[in-house]
Amino acid sequence: MARAAKISVKDRNPVLSFQEFLKALLATGQVGAVLVPQHLAAKSAVMPTLVTDPEKLGEADPFAPAFPMNAARLLARLTRKPTGGLVAAVLRPCEIRAFVELVKLKQGSLDEVLLIGADCSGAFGNTDYAGYAGSRGIESTLKFHADLPGQAEADGVGLSPACKACEYPVAENADLMVCTFGMDVFDSMVVKANTPRGEEVLEKMKLPEATLPASRDEAVAAVIAARTAYRDRMFQETSDATADIEKLMSYLSNCVNCYNCRVACPVCYCRECVFLTDVFDHEPEQYLRWAKRKGVIKMPTDTVFFHLTRLAHMSTACIGCGQCSNACPNNVPVMELFRTVAHYTQRAFQYNAGAGIEDEPPLSVFREREFPEVTGGKE
Amino acid sequence: MGDREPTIIAFVCNWCTYTAADLAGTSRLVQPPNVRMIRMMCTGMIDTKYVIKALLEGADAVLISGCHPGDCHYINGNLKARRRVRLLKEILPRFGIDERRLKMTWIGASEGIDFANTVKELVAEIKQLGLNDLRQKMIL
Repeated sequence: MARAAKISVKDRNPVLSFQEFLKALLATGQVGAVLVPQHLAAKSAVMPTLVTDPEKLGEADPFAPAFPMNAARLLARLTRKPTGGLVAAVLRPCEIRAFVELVKLKQGSLDEVLLIGADCSGAFGNTDYAGYAGSRGIESTLKFHADLPGQAEADGVGLSPACKACEYPVAENADLMVCTFGMDVFDSMVVKANTPRGEEVLEKMKLPEATLPASRDEAVAAVIAARTAYRDRMFQETSDATADIEKLMSYLSNCVNCYNCRVACPVCYCRECVFLTDVFDHEPEQYLRWAKRKGVIKMPTDTVFFHLTRLAHMSTACIGCGQCSNACPNNVPVMELFRTVAHYTQRAFQYNAGAGIEDEPPLSVFREREFPEVTGGKE
Repeated sequence: MGDREPTIIAFVCNWCTYTAADLAGTSRLVQPPNVRMIRMMCTGMIDTKYVIKALLEGADAVLISGCHPGDCHYINGNLKARRRVRLLKEILPRFGIDERRLKMTWIGASEGIDFANTVKELVAEIKQLGLNDLRQKMIL
């Protein structure tokens, strides 16, 4: 039986109360450090921090509607090799799913990590968040959650499209799930243990027992339904907008090959991307030959090639976090393209990126008898 | 001058299909001269980007051919290649590239006749389908 505990919210401030939870977690000595987003001194940025001193958690705020980067790659760095102690990581559901993919790709490990995932109400894009929060820090988070659901739009700012299209708002595969949907987050939260490790940690914290309210399932289902509907509309619109190479070129026409999308992608893990190697350092004569053959070429070259190759390489691991679009300086809708293609490539292999750790990535395994249609019926 | 003949890029493995192609040649089998052969040690080392690049540059078709399952010189590289082809056959049609432009098959070392027939069929199929119009276009 899964165990759940209550976090009472003091002074109607869930952020401060959750900080107390993390301080208690560090104080019990069960974890040596906590990876958690905090407001930085400037207050307009919320960045992942690694905290070992409980007194330094004063600006920790995993509920902020800010998502400057996907911390899965950072967590992979922390877990690449054994360190002898447990690290707690407070992550969004999509960061946990990205981390699970990285573990499958041998970039990190689950052995010494306590995954804590809070229900996710979504986040703004980077520039939108700076405008929304200004320098109000935690106050802006409280306003965001007070205004839910959907009233953030009234401030003239919408959530990032990736969050609107994300049908995984709760972290089912975390060790500890911080549940806020379907209850008044200004009154209390429930922490539910999903794994033996989570149960062990929760047991030692001696919090009052709790049960999840019946309204939670209903609330979660409503969020998933709304986001799935948005997602399906997005899939159709994006498919229509990229239905042939001409349309795809139109779609990517603002791309300048900065490769920010690749850098920001949590599951694009190669140490040296082929697009940065000498392979693409073409001789001057080559450009002229291409130009002569076609009459005109766009420079820099290989833009569509880059995106198609990245789709082929990474779409089966894509969890739709939207960091590629967040990082794009020219607002190319990269997330929509990748999320749409990823949906179909993962379906082709009956794979769901970021789900159970036991699922093998589609290109890492094979069966002796499969896909006879690919080889014209020859088995 | 008339219609251009289809250009087909063939990625073939060293141990089976390349040998079969050689056998087809030494046996004087008649086959269309449309294929540009690229010999690989194994079809398992054909990265998806090679196929994408060929098609974006205007190849009318890409053929990938290797050892039969169970006969692979590297045990299972051919089975890995099949997964990648399956992935590409999902992605390419989403951007209007007909999946028939990518063909995968197994042709063993002694199957020279099969190789010649495969090439004939593929050339005929591509002529029916039409040439790839990306060759002359500016591709970003």
